[in-house]
Amino acid sequence: MDLSFTTEEQAFRDEVRSFLDTSLTPELAAKGAANLELTKTDMEQWHALLNAKGWLAVTWPVEHGGTGWTAVQRHIFEEECAIANAPRIVPFGLNMLGPVLIKFGSEAQQAEILPRILNGDDWWCQGYSEPGAGSDLASLKTRAVRDGDEYVINGQKTWTTLGQHADKIFCLVRTLAEGKPQRGISFVLVDLATPGIEMRPIKLLEGGHEVNEVFFTDVRVPAGNLVGEENQGWTIAKYLLTHERTNIAGVGFATRDMGKLKELTKQIKRNGQYLSEDTLFMAQVVELEADLEAMRITNLRMLQSANDGAAPGPEASMLKIKGTVIRQKINALYRSALGPHAAAMPQDAIAHDGLPAEAINAAATYFNNRKLSIFGGSNEIQRNIIANDILKG
Amino acid sequence: MDFNITDDRRMLSESLRRYLSDQYNAETRNSVAYVAPYHSPKHWQEMAELGVLSALVKEEDGGFGGTGFDINVVFEELGRALCPEPFLGSLLALQLLASFNTSKDANKEIAAIVSGEQLAAVAIYEPHAPDSLSDIATQATQAGEQWTLTGEKTAVYGGPSATLILVVAQTADGLGLFIAEPSAQVAKANIDGGGTSSMSFNNTAATCIATSAQAEIEKALDTGRLALCAEAVGTADVLLEMTIEYLKQRQQFGVVIASFQALQHRLVDMAAEVVQARSITVLAAAKLDEEDASRHVALAKNLIGRMATLVAEESTQLHGGIGMTWEYSGSHYSKRLIMLDHQLGDRFNQVNRLLKMAS
Repeated sequence: MDLSFTTEEQAFRDEVRSFLDTSLTPELAAKGAANLELTKTDMEQWHALLNAKGWLAVTWPVEHGGTGWTAVQRHIFEEECAIANAPRIVPFGLNMLGPVLIKFGSEAQQAEILPRILNGDDWWCQGYSEPGAGSDLASLKTRAVRDGDEYVINGQKTWTTLGQHADKIFCLVRTLAEGKPQRGISFVLVDLATPGIEMRPIKLLEGGHEVNEVFFTDVRVPAGNLVGEENQGWTIAKYLLTHERTNIAGVGFATRDMGKLKELTKQIKRNGQYLSEDTLFMAQVVELEADLEAMRITNLRMLQSANDGAAPGPEASMLKIKGTVIRQKINALYRSALGPHAAAMPQDAIAHDGLPAEAINAAATYFNNRKLSIFGGSNEIQRNIIANDILKG
Repeated sequence: MDFNITDDRRMLSESLRRYLSDQYNAETRNSVAYVAPYHSPKHWQEMAELGVLSALVKEEDGGFGGTGFDINVVFEELGRALCPEPFLGSLLALQLLASFNTSKDANKEIAAIVSGEQLAAVAIYEPHAPDSLSDIATQATQAGEQWTLTGEKTAVYGGPSATLILVVAQTADGLGLFIAEPSAQVAKANIDGGGTSSMSFNNTAATCIATSAQAEIEKALDTGRLALCAEAVGTADVLLEMTIEYLKQRQQFGVVIASFQALQHRLVDMAAEVVQARSITVLAAAKLDEEDASRHVALAKNLIGRMATLVAEESTQLHGGIGMTWEYSGSHYSKRLIMLDHQLGDRFNQVNRLLKMAS
């Protein structure tokens, strides 16, 4: 057994670092470090920088303009980006729709849409969840009825992340009302400029706006916007959820946030001593560090087996649970470390002497990241998946 | 043994609950809680007339309550309604003023607070001493009859609406207590609603209440901690009810999600912690005027910190996306439960206090 990265992988890490050193603008890195909300322009700027380097579509094969990276390379890239406080790649077009089109889309769809995603011509968002279909996604009710060369869509989608920036939405819609619910779902592409669509913001508990609800009233889309076969949507969704989950362990983010937490304990004085000297507090930090180190290796073990060609199994669900809970615990300790300094609304917080910029957002970040264990298949659904697997046969 | 509250307290509890549910609903609450001055003068005056403030003061100091149980009753109702009004600041001030009620100034100020005419806050903690008294650096200086204060204060609860500000500062005799107008103040909305100030004093003229007040300050802080415990019990009780109701009506996979045993057990664990939290708060209230008050308050505040985190996090998770939204009032209950642990010493801070008391 050898836990070290190969010479090639190490060289790749150096290349990523040197790219980030020269290309990531200090403004973007500063926003990332402070956990500030990024503007649409910020995200587009970062995408353009990566695209110019050929590093934007990290999950696509080379022939479609992707990097063709191995799972281990993707991991190294994501870890280095997180540590450098780079923005996260907006996943909807690049890591969700892209892989779906490459696997299920027609040649015409691939030729038209993939380059537009790379060039930032279209911002895509996701239309999956509905008010009545969350964990039970297959019960979705938004109807698409075939009418000549068009589908007519009626219904409502919700939790549409960054939909306020989007030009287009990929949706799961019901095309067959009878039979097993999973068998009557289709995957359809919709231009948000089509008449009959209304997008409304949902304000989150910490005050931010990142999710939306989308209403469809007699929205007519060309039949050619169907991806794959009619009623194949569930198969596509399952394929996509696996893709969504491979990055969700968030080892890079957790590593970065753990570093910030340890740094903070050296700056905050409580009861006449630095928190880093407070055994009680630091016991929580180091236990969490043990969890994080174990997760790092669990993640690498799974990446290696993916590299070796194994199909993704319930391990991805395990990583999702562990990864999200560890990140949430780091956020919670960071918030705790600040004591009363964490209390103010971000816009009202004033920087106290010697406190890092992200301290202002500590509580908001903690509250916002409660979403991690809810979205992308809640941790309860992940447990069901694992339970089904370990109890089978 | 009798765990029933007295008729007087029951009447106060019921009238306050009715008032808050009629006059201070979630919509009103959110329109007040996040916008300066984070307080509604009309509602404050009405609650003063209901006797809410005089319930926090002992008879000999001009009120009709002032025991741990009175504080429990009031703050539990405030917690149930998620009321953002600055009662904590006034409670701390009333406690401190009552400790020095031989002074004419103190007596006059208590009456003004109880009637609702004055809103009070206490400036204790500092940027580099956010939850302990050991590093207070604000300095009080006397020249002839005149005192002046110089220093920075933070986490002044109710500061933005306060018309009377008590300030803790170092004197030759230890920690003293003063009344002063800050030379500068920054008002902030808390992420869980309500207002807090940072203040600075720069050779600011001050009235001296006492030059040596450490024990009285500790006592006031314990009273404030008890109030936070009671508030948390009220808040958690309501959030637990909301969570149970949600699980009973939310359907997924063709059934209500309350039918899943994995979720039922989590609700039960929450409920058990709320029961425990109520018990330790009753114990702390009973001990408030006894010698070992600090120990019991610290035990309570520690348990409450753990309970509040569990109930808030589990409630959010069990609600799913809806629990993450501003529009759903449960999310504000969750925020309050989490942030309450940051006030007057969190659960780690209470453990450190307990370890110190034990050694």
